[in-house]
Amino acid sequence: MFAYILRSLLQGAVVLIAVAFIAFSMFRFVGDPVANMVGQEASMADREELTKHLGLDQPFPIQFLRFLGKAAQGDFGISYRQGRPVAAVMAERLPATVELAVLSAIFATVVGVALGVYAAIRRHGLVANAVMTLSLVGVSLPTFLIGIGLIYVFAVELRWLPSFGRGETVRLGGWTTGLLTKSGLQSLILPVLTLGFFQLTLIMRLVRSEMLEVMRSDFIRFARARGIPNRVIEFRHALRNTMIPVVTIAGLQLGSVIAFAIVTETVFQWPGLGALFVNAVQFADVPVMAAYLVFVAFVFVVVNLATDLAYLALDPRLRAAPTAAR
Amino acid sequence: MTQPVLSVRDLRVEFVTRRGVLKAIDGVSFDIAPGEVLGVVGESGAGKSVTGSAVIGLIDPPGRIAGGEVWLSEQRIDNLSPEEMRRIRGKRIGMIFQDPLTSLNPLYRVGEQLVETIQTHTDLSAAAARRRAIELLTEVGIPAPERRIDGYPHEFSGGMRQRVVIALALCAEPELIIADEPTTALDVSVQAQIISLLQRLGREHGTAIMLVTHDMGVIAETADRVAVMYAGRIAEIGPVQDVVQNPLHPYARGLMGAIPTLAQDASRLVQIPGSMPRLSAIPPGCPFNPRCPHAWDRCRIDRPEPIQHGAHKVACHLYDLNDPTAEAHKVLTHPPAEEGVPA
Repeated sequence: MFAYILRSLLQGAVVLIAVAFIAFSMFRFVGDPVANMVGQEASMADREELTKHLGLDQPFPIQFLRFLGKAAQGDFGISYRQGRPVAAVMAERLPATVELAVLSAIFATVVGVALGVYAAIRRHGLVANAVMTLSLVGVSLPTFLIGIGLIYVFAVELRWLPSFGRGETVRLGGWTTGLLTKSGLQSLILPVLTLGFFQLTLIMRLVRSEMLEVMRSDFIRFARARGIPNRVIEFRHALRNTMIPVVTIAGLQLGSVIAFAIVTETVFQWPGLGALFVNAVQFADVPVMAAYLVFVAFVFVVVNLATDLAYLALDPRLRAAPTAAR
Repeated sequence: MTQPVLSVRDLRVEFVTRRGVLKAIDGVSFDIAPGEVLGVVGESGAGKSVTGSAVIGLIDPPGRIAGGEVWLSEQRIDNLSPEEMRRIRGKRIGMIFQDPLTSLNPLYRVGEQLVETIQTHTDLSAAAARRRAIELLTEVGIPAPERRIDGYPHEFSGGMRQRVVIALALCAEPELIIADEPTTALDVSVQAQIISLLQRLGREHGTAIMLVTHDMGVIAETADRVAVMYAGRIAEIGPVQDVVQNPLHPYARGLMGAIPTLAQDASRLVQIPGSMPRLSAIPPGCPFNPRCPHAWDRCRIDRPEPIQHGAHKVACHLYDLNDPTAEAHKVLTHPPAEEGVPA
């Protein structure tokens, strides 16, 4: 079990270093940072001095190691566009994205699992079939279209909810939250629905098909032969077995919710990391882009680790085998 | 005669498919007395397992019980509501499946599964149910049950898991146990242990056992009576020694003749020519007629009903005393196509 966790950690570290390398390579391939930073009238001496100051005269491996060392301390350099440390710029934007993503993930998981179980148990029911058909819409419609549709209905026509921004936020230490004000909460509803909808339908369809599969297995049949009530079979015996494969996919999906809120943030002009990244791309703000890449990789690694730990909690077969035969 | 524990009368089970209604069980009748072991044998697809599932009420759609009656002691159980039937399953009828490796939920300790079953059918407290679970594990021969009760299924070997499965079937001291191929998935050495365990439990508790298997060796050792099934019907039923040593039905004779023994000096294994018809293509008359070396015109038109013949009941026109021509057909007119019938 310890070896199992250790292996997950090592894998995570390898992934992070690989992504950091790709992020670092961007500096070399996306234009000349010095040309980006100095004005048109700068002299050669100015340029050389800046090159030296930024360490760009060093050999490539040294530059990469320095990048890694700084990145590990959260230092991704200075944003070309804003002239401020990237870490500070990102820290400002982080709360908006985290609140949006976490709420979306909770919404998608809770509603998705509940609907999936319902659709599996009432397999031939009218409501279950209607839900399944609707879920096809969720899987096939692009996120931005859902967002624009929601804005049209609830913001433009009904005027119930705001169409953009975070509303009023409250400062709590270094964290700004929209969860404590009415306008902040209202502003969250549409983006959360938009971002969570695709994951919801995916999780729901996955739960349904896995559960139907589990319900066909021998131990469910044996549980029925023992006279165990249906509710107990469905929620105790079948659901937990269903969750093992679901956790894998759902975990990765939820990682992508946090990482790729880009589209939703753009549609709702949400002042989060995704919007920051889109702006950074427009202005070739390489340090911000690199930091965002590493951040996304970090989120995925953490989610993956959490998924592996969830396996341990769910499946005694993994816990028992100390050599972790996986 | 004592009241039978299980009495099945003219049971019919159908599967509704796109290509029509398939009759998996077509008019099966038998009784099992208290403490008796009835072996049910036949080829794959003969309807052995479906009969067991029908008795315990676990025929899944598109299958359904299309007719007949199932009586457990003095209660008719084939027409109960699903909830009433659930209360009988596990309490009055226990069931054991073929594969002990997949019969247990891998995510729960065996103790949790035992306690769950015990508490479903009794009013015992959690602590009392746990004590009962340990007793059951002791009874089925699990060493160190106080410790093993907290083990997960994957920590048990195949034979030990089948013992746990048997303990689960015994939780509420059922009157009847249906064992569906209980030893097929096990090593030969473990098979004998499981069979003798079942026998002992049946004797000690007076539990009737319906033992479904295609292993004639298991039947010969264990069963008191045996029913030979073919294409959803009982071809022959009778005391096990009689049926094994003196089978009447041509199919049963072929089946017994096909058991290889070390004493035989046969270069080829004996087989019955042809194969069992698919459910969608059961011939009219006797379903065995295309493979039967004795078949005559009547067999292709007239369906044979079980006839009492000594201690056996046999569904074959050869034993119809009212048919004056039957005796003549007992002599083989056309020997089976395949050779290799040992002397």
